[in-house]
Amino acid sequence: MIARVLGIMATFLMASVATADSIKLAVTTSFENSGLSSVLLPAIQEDLGLEVQLLVVGTGQALRLGEAGDVDAILVHSRAAEEQFVAEGSGTHRREIMYNDFVFIGPDDDPAGIASAESAVDALQRIETTKPAFVSRGDDSGTHKKEVGLWQEARLEPESFEAWYRKVGAGMGASLNTAAGLEAYILADRASWLNFGNKAGLGLLFAGDPVLFNQYAFLPVSPEKHPHVRNDLAVQLEEWLVSDRSAELINSYQIEGETLFTFNADPE
Amino acid sequence: MSDIVEGLTAAFWLVISLDPELLEISLRSLQVTLTSLVIASAIALPFGTFLAIRRFRYRRLTISVLNALMGLPPVVVGLIVYILLSRSGPFGVLGLLFTPTAMVIAQVIIITPLIASITHQAMRELWAEYHDLLISLNTSQWQRIKTLIWDGRRNLLTASLAGFGRGIGEVGAIMIVGGNIDNATRVLTTAIALETGKGDFALALALGFVLIALAISVNIAIHSLSRTEREGRW
Repeated sequence: MIARVLGIMATFLMASVATADSIKLAVTTSFENSGLSSVLLPAIQEDLGLEVQLLVVGTGQALRLGEAGDVDAILVHSRAAEEQFVAEGSGTHRREIMYNDFVFIGPDDDPAGIASAESAVDALQRIETTKPAFVSRGDDSGTHKKEVGLWQEARLEPESFEAWYRKVGAGMGASLNTAAGLEAYILADRASWLNFGNKAGLGLLFAGDPVLFNQYAFLPVSPEKHPHVRNDLAVQLEEWLVSDRSAELINSYQIEGETLFTFNADPE
Repeated sequence: MSDIVEGLTAAFWLVISLDPELLEISLRSLQVTLTSLVIASAIALPFGTFLAIRRFRYRRLTISVLNALMGLPPVVVGLIVYILLSRSGPFGVLGLLFTPTAMVIAQVIIITPLIASITHQAMRELWAEYHDLLISLNTSQWQRIKTLIWDGRRNLLTASLAGFGRGIGEVGAIMIVGGNIDNATRVLTTAIALETGKGDFALALALGFVLIALAISVNIAIHSLSRTEREGRW
């Protein structure tokens, strides 16, 4: 009996796979939740023979992974944090790839009336006046940083808000689930929202203010700081991401007839 | 309710169609958990038995600590293993972070105390029975441990299966150290967390049902392989 059990287990132990060239890329949840990754990754595999292993985390954690040298490159959206990342010597440079936009999601009956707001700041001020439930990512992600930045522009301090302002400390999808459960307002990126399956009672209420644009950038981790990182592969990947083929795939990616991302890399 | 029905239907079709992705993550779940189980059992079974038969100075303290460690929060284990294996951590040079090996390490830490503790409880009873006989035969320490392990194998199987149960359903630690990378470290539990995050409850539930079915099949398989439940043997 023991021999048989061991035999079965040995089979499992040996089942580990060796892969060809692969690169570890930390990306934000929106990149994966939007479904864009499942369009780009197979194309990259096809063109470069390169397997991209995605670590789907918030921008804050992605930057930490890059700093520690646990990934070869990162693709995130939080300009100030990215510039600091490069300034500290963790990344070689920052290359803008594409943008999408943030949208305000809330209950369909819109108690705060943000659908008629004039700007993103106005929408937040209306929410602060009526104090309906508002879900904040609270996880130091790019979306969270954006939200906090918007509150500051509206001259409001989220830390002083009462119980209607809920920091859930979770990813975009989990936060949207919470908002659906609480019938709360939330700031989300358009891609995650369109791909989200549990829309129960929520709707897109406000979008289009230019301050809501969301720039994604690619940052290779510095091989000087971390000699083991595959900078050669990161450079290959970057060249592919700014290529015409990438542009075409990104610009033509749609969900429910809506374009999600706009390619804006500068192909030097 | 309708979500549950949809989940069951989706689970049914996933299994019937032998979805290749499902197959891959299920096998990886099994691979990681069974590997951890073998390693953890190899440590915990002799250690638990040793604690039952040997009297030494800090024995009570050791047992208390062991029992407390049964409740180790997986997230904390995950975080500690993560920091140790990170490139900027002490074992960074090994490059193990975000590999199945890292997940095995975390799971071994989580399930070893559980198996050792249950083993100790079971072996204490058995030792009370065997004590006089084994002492009078003038057996060595190692012979005693071997005898108890062999004669108490059914209880030990329960201990190991408890460890398996904790391992296969665990998500907090392996999410952190494995990173839930598609085609590399994604397992059933982390895939469920991911699909829940996307709001796709039907698929998440379907994966959940597959996980439960898998756990039951492994338990039945191990029981029948080791012939514990056959007529006239208990």
